[in-house]
Amino acid sequence: MLGRIHSIDTFSTLDGPGIRTVIFMQGCFLRCKYCHNPDTWSRESDHSRDYTSEALMHIITRGKPYFDATGGGITFSGGEPLLQHQFLKEIFILCREIGISTAFDSSLYVSTNIIDNLLSCTDLVLADIKQMDRAKSQELVGSGNELNLSNIELINQRRVPIWIRYVVVPGWTDDRKDVEAMARFIAPLTCIERVDLLPYHALGRHKWSMLGIKYDLKDLHPPSREQMMELKLLVEKHSSKQVVIHE
Amino acid sequence: MPAWAGFQPGPWVDNIDVRDFLQKNYRPYAGDSSFLSGPSDKTSRLWNKCQELLRAEYRKGGVLDVDARNPITITSHPPAYIDRELETIVGLQTDQPLKRAINVFGGLNTSIKACQAYGYEPDTQMIDFFRKYRPTHNDGVFAVYTPEMKMARRVGIITGLPDSYGRGRIIGDYRRVSLYGVDRLKAGKKSDLILMDKKMEPSSIQLREEVFCQIEALQKMKEMAEGYGFNISRPADNALEAVQWLYFAYLAAVKEQNGAAMSLGRIANFLDIYIERDIAQGLMGEIEAQELIDQLVIKLRLVRHLRSPEYNELFAGDPNWITESLGGMGTDGRHLVTRTSYRILNSLYNLGPAPEPNMTVLWSENLPDNFKYFCSDLSINTSTLQYENDDVMRRYYGDDYAIACCVSAMKLGQETQFFGARCNLAKLLLYAINGGRDEMTGEQVGVEIPVYEGSILEYDEVMSRLKIQLEWLCELYVNIMNVIHYMHDKYAYEASQFALHDSTIHHYMAFGIAGLSVAADSLSAIKYAQVKPLQDERGIITDFSIEGDFPKFGNDEPRVDRIAAALVEDFINHLKKHPTYKNAEHTLSILTITSNVMYGKHTGTTPDGRQSGQPLAPGANPLHGREEHGALAALNSVAQLDYRHARDGISFTFSTVPSALGVNREEQVSNLTGLLSGYFMQNAHHMNVNVLNLETLKEAMDHPEKYPDLTIRISGYAVHFIKLTREQQEEVIMRTFFKRM
Ligand code: SF4
Repeated sequence: MLGRIHSIDTFSTLDGPGIRTVIFMQGCFLRCKYCHNPDTWSRESDHSRDYTSEALMHIITRGKPYFDATGGGITFSGGEPLLQHQFLKEIFILCREIGISTAFDSSLYVSTNIIDNLLSCTDLVLADIKQMDRAKSQELVGSGNELNLSNIELINQRRVPIWIRYVVVPGWTDDRKDVEAMARFIAPLTCIERVDLLPYHALGRHKWSMLGIKYDLKDLHPPSREQMMELKLLVEKHSSKQVVIHE
Repeated sequence: MPAWAGFQPGPWVDNIDVRDFLQKNYRPYAGDSSFLSGPSDKTSRLWNKCQELLRAEYRKGGVLDVDARNPITITSHPPAYIDRELETIVGLQTDQPLKRAINVFGGLNTSIKACQAYGYEPDTQMIDFFRKYRPTHNDGVFAVYTPEMKMARRVGIITGLPDSYGRGRIIGDYRRVSLYGVDRLKAGKKSDLILMDKKMEPSSIQLREEVFCQIEALQKMKEMAEGYGFNISRPADNALEAVQWLYFAYLAAVKEQNGAAMSLGRIANFLDIYIERDIAQGLMGEIEAQELIDQLVIKLRLVRHLRSPEYNELFAGDPNWITESLGGMGTDGRHLVTRTSYRILNSLYNLGPAPEPNMTVLWSENLPDNFKYFCSDLSINTSTLQYENDDVMRRYYGDDYAIACCVSAMKLGQETQFFGARCNLAKLLLYAINGGRDEMTGEQVGVEIPVYEGSILEYDEVMSRLKIQLEWLCELYVNIMNVIHYMHDKYAYEASQFALHDSTIHHYMAFGIAGLSVAADSLSAIKYAQVKPLQDERGIITDFSIEGDFPKFGNDEPRVDRIAAALVEDFINHLKKHPTYKNAEHTLSILTITSNVMYGKHTGTTPDGRQSGQPLAPGANPLHGREEHGALAALNSVAQLDYRHARDGISFTFSTVPSALGVNREEQVSNLTGLLSGYFMQNAHHMNVNVLNLETLKEAMDHPEKYPDLTIRISGYAVHFIKLTREQQEEVIMRTFFKRM
């Protein structure tokens, strides 16, 4: 099978435990205003290319000594990797055969049976929560959040470990009410092992202008260290989960 | 207390055998770093004084003072101190700290130029004396060099040759002086002379003369120490003496020689035996133990040689490669980490980060985890460590070898090497295309064949042309090295360092290549894309038009990685066809120091699309910005280069930002440790680790005064970032820093 891949980073430590090879899949149907990778949106793009599962497995296998030494593995990211869930499944099964741990990082704004179908060969889900408030979600990412939240509950039911990723976008997702709601939502979900708080930053902005798309968050500044710390405490308080702040 | 009281005896008692002494007496330590102590009051006060001197040196353009009158030898300068009250370990090269002496034996003209570059006029009587009566190494070499050799040197197909400065890369087994005392070593050398072959042939005559010089050097070492009030003719009685004796032995070496790399060896475990004995007897505590080490390190950080500006272009930042090898495993399966391994590394915390001594961790999968984590943490904090694969090297060198310079392994006291700088493989490829004509100067340098005529570069044709030039270059290269080392032995013999070797030793002749990744990428472009050669008005091909994509070294792409690996193997095989001086064993390194910038400047546009004058990649690194798949892919490509064919070392520099290693320190340490494990598990040889923020580097370029200690690792050594030229700084920043965008 062929997978449409935007790029591969063989060395990441931020997308799951240990050293990981991250495969950025091409294509996404959301339109998050803060997206770092708008160049992954369209299904076809000049910079992406098709990989056979053999070619991709060759690259993945080469990381095994590093995965073994650190408890790492592979993570599919994007874009929205679940748009190519059949390809993911094929790769995950091959990875499982040779003892490589598998993860995907998804917005989870996809139909439930797609996810259900993948979970049997998934070791970790990095699950985005974009916004707890439905209307705000609609405005920020272009879609409501019902699927997002129900899918997280499903994954939890299936007993697959979850790391939540929450991007703190000033004025959009940093309202204490929304953050607290998120914490309360995850509190009872026992498979959620930790919460990563990612501060919004403008690193991807140049891509927007290169692609000729209007960037709505032009005047936004990244949240301060202090604000991130406050939100971390807030989430910890209402969820009792481990919370990690990214740079 | 008798010197050897409490030591476990063995063959080392009757023969000079430091390894046996170590094996019988060292105690492995697998614990953590919590026992370590901060700097003593004396150390702090002494180091403050030294830092003032170091700042003054920087402000004066890198050289504080020069003694332009009195050429340096072991006994040329009277005893001198920084502040006698505060110094636990004593001894300076000249009469003032940081004052540089001239070492004329390597080359008179170089010394004169070096003096003048910093505004000093060397003593005319001294110059006259050498001109009239005493040829130098440099005179000897140039008396013999053929026009072809001179040309190869001038156009830069081979550069950095040690033909006008000390060759270095010799590690005296300085531990011998502490363990046995000088008298015992002299007696050993004398009995070697008696046992030697009586048949007088050039080689045996030479050896007798060398051993004779070694005995004289030992005598001078003793006199030098006597000036400071120490009698090193006898073995050291305690830890203080063990450190002091060892330092005197090293000091004699850096007085006698200005070798490019004057490495220390592997002293930690040796000193540990003395320190732990004193601690057990209640003679010292941890603070005193650390003080001894810190004070030795201070002395090592003050070692200086006077260099010419051309030299600095090759080896930027005033390095001495006082390399100390730490850790590794014993052949009996015990690890070789002791408390003093930690103490030496701890000096980087107590005194702050600095390039010297050049801390080298001999990495093994079986090192204790505590030590691995300590080293990774130190790397993240200071970017001062390099790592080399003990599991690979131990097979060749046993468990008492050390690294000279950056990546050159040798058995202590039994092996040495003839250092041979490096040739420019990227340029050689252009010679292949241009029929031996230099693309910059237009001169006929290599084998004369017609300039490539076809409209597209064909891989097989280019390879057969490359073979012709390679054969020519390798023969020339070996011959140049033979001349240099014959003359170095004759006119600038390192008597005090060889006195601390066995009398019969094994020599390596260490050749080197620069520009491997550019050469491999160029051949890959020729093979997998369409490369059209474009001639200039001289009829020389100086530009290329490239159509299509091609695999590039550093992406874990076997198609190009195999080209790189084959180039290395071909090169060493061609070298091996030509006999060497003293029957040295040919070895090869893939290492550039900072010369990749200078080499690049003198190399025209290459078929991979690299523009004329652009830097080559350092060491075995992929070319800047060509890694498309992140760090592991780059590491895996480099790991494809086989140490068997590059026994003088394969240098790789890994730079990253702290946040790319993980979200908190614990994760960062664990991931860096895992990265090293995974890399070395594949038999890779070497890694420099830099963990830095790019913004810090950029700011240090504009405000050097704020970053006096900022240290980074470059191709096999560490430098103070602010001591690099602007050009070199820019190149460091251009290098691939692995981070997520
Ligand atoms: S889901 Fe991810 S890739 Fe898609 S728009 Fe949002 S941030 Fe961008």
